[in-house]
Amino acid sequence: MSDLSDLYQQVILDHYKRPRNFRRLDEANRKAEGHNPLCGDEITVYLHLDGDVIKDISFEGAGCAISKASASMMTAALKGRTRGEAETLFEKFHEMVTGRRDGTADPAGLGKLEVFCGVSEFPVRVKCASLAWHTLRAALEGSGERVSTE
Amino acid sequence: MIPAGRQVAGEVCNECLVGLGVERIRQDFPALQVKVHGKPLVYLDNAATSQKPQVVIDRITRYYLSENSNIHRGVHFLSDLATQAYESTRDRLRQFLNAAHDREIIFTRGTTEGINLVAHSFGRSRVRAGDEIVISAMEHHSNIVPWQILCEEKGATLRVIPINDAGELLLEEYERLLCDRTRLVAVTYVSNALGTVNPVKPMIATAHRRGIPVLVDGAQAAPHLAVDVQDLDCDFYAFSGHKLYGPTGIGILYGKADLLESMPPYQGGGDMISAVTFERTLYNSLPYKFEAGTPHIAGVIGLGAAIEYVQRIGLPRIAAYEADLLAYGTELLSAIPGLRIIGTAREKASVLSFVLDGIHAHDTGTILDHEGIAIRAGHHCAMPVMKRFGVPATARASLAFYNTREELEALAKGLHKVIEVFA
Ligand SMILES: Cc1ncc(COP(=O)(O)O)c(C=O)c1O
Repeated sequence: MSDLSDLYQQVILDHYKRPRNFRRLDEANRKAEGHNPLCGDEITVYLHLDGDVIKDISFEGAGCAISKASASMMTAALKGRTRGEAETLFEKFHEMVTGRRDGTADPAGLGKLEVFCGVSEFPVRVKCASLAWHTLRAALEGSGERVSTE
Repeated sequence: MIPAGRQVAGEVCNECLVGLGVERIRQDFPALQVKVHGKPLVYLDNAATSQKPQVVIDRITRYYLSENSNIHRGVHFLSDLATQAYESTRDRLRQFLNAAHDREIIFTRGTTEGINLVAHSFGRSRVRAGDEIVISAMEHHSNIVPWQILCEEKGATLRVIPINDAGELLLEEYERLLCDRTRLVAVTYVSNALGTVNPVKPMIATAHRRGIPVLVDGAQAAPHLAVDVQDLDCDFYAFSGHKLYGPTGIGILYGKADLLESMPPYQGGGDMISAVTFERTLYNSLPYKFEAGTPHIAGVIGLGAAIEYVQRIGLPRIAAYEADLLAYGTELLSAIPGLRIIGTAREKASVLSFVLDGIHAHDTGTILDHEGIAIRAGHHCAMPVMKRFGVPATARASLAFYNTREELEALAKGLHKVIEVFA
């Protein structure tokens, strides 16, 4: 049986209660809105892209513990990284939360984001964990469209 | 097949009239015996859909095992059998709603299709630019969106009856909204998100004084309140079988015969015609005019068994038992620190919608699920209600007559656990 404490790890609860980079970013040159109609989660991701480098990143919005902590930890993980690195992290993150990670993947690359591995035991919560990332991708691609997990 | 010795609860005994014999009744619902995450299922998501008694499951099985055939079109034995079962269910539904005629009972896919049928057929033929449709602030999306589509197409306007902080309709505002441009009032009897029971009977009388017809969304009322459509005097009444212990994919639209007669068909196809040439088609009479194509025959027959089951127990007894459960649940939840009940109308049915301070409903739902407790977390297809109360979502426990006080205690205990996780 999946264990609740695998999902609601202390780090996750901490990021939920005290989200990092939780503000509007005035210098942002990219932004995107994300929405999970199932549970009403809404998020805006702000990016300050300098060439290929994410100089700064922040988010705003309301959501459940998983989606908010995921957004918070994503912003912490991506500051100073390149677009390419962000894409790779998203892929790894997505494989992890959907439980499709094979033995050869390099879990170390995810660093602190590993705390979300418990999500794979809770399939209905995968969308919560990946909402911020999907929104980030939309911001990077500059599509300006509201992304939805549906 | 029906296991030997199995009795239907309603037949059981007179003492059920006192309590409801709930332990006995629970035996009638196989899904209630399921274990979830190793714990006994506590099913509190009845407003989304109810569990099905064995008699319904058996009746559907029997139809497919030994009666399966298409209706209204065969001269052979099985077709006749299926047609009889189908049409006798229509008559049972007529009795259930106390409609005047069988032909006023139209089988649909559910409440949603019933409302869409009215929006499409009645709406398209009667509503013109500048006209108005009146709904309420507590409608399910299925009683909002079809009217929005219609209004957009016709250049008509949707008017909304506001609600107070308890989740009750403001009736003076309602009266003020009605005018000579109002073509229809479409309002829910019981709110799925708040539990409010609306005073539809006087509301219908008010509309009728101005000659305005009224559609009642009975999706949440059907499992809890005995309804007499002639007494209510509603013009349309829609509900779904699956919330009334019957199968999914089947529902009822009741409409007054003279209105239905005057309305154009909804869908074209087999069964809804009496003669077709390439030049023109003569439509069939009621109710077949509105039942194009092969219907959900097994669903209709299963719904008949569900209604029979409910009638044996009796909706007044069900309502009395549920009222007691609701009062107990309200008391238990009110004692939980940081919990706010959304929807505190004086007249309520079986719904406990709530938010916990600083904890999202979705997290509440996941943690309760771990305890085997099934509730719904989200906007309950009533996003305007969430907005009205300034919450993104609520957690909702919705009760049926097979729920127990012990289950509500389990819910309260589970909620303490939720608070602990987030402490
Ligand atoms: C008040 C109300 N109206 C309409 C509906 C739609 O019913 P269905 O999805 O069965 O068509 C529901 C179901 O949740 C409801 O609660």
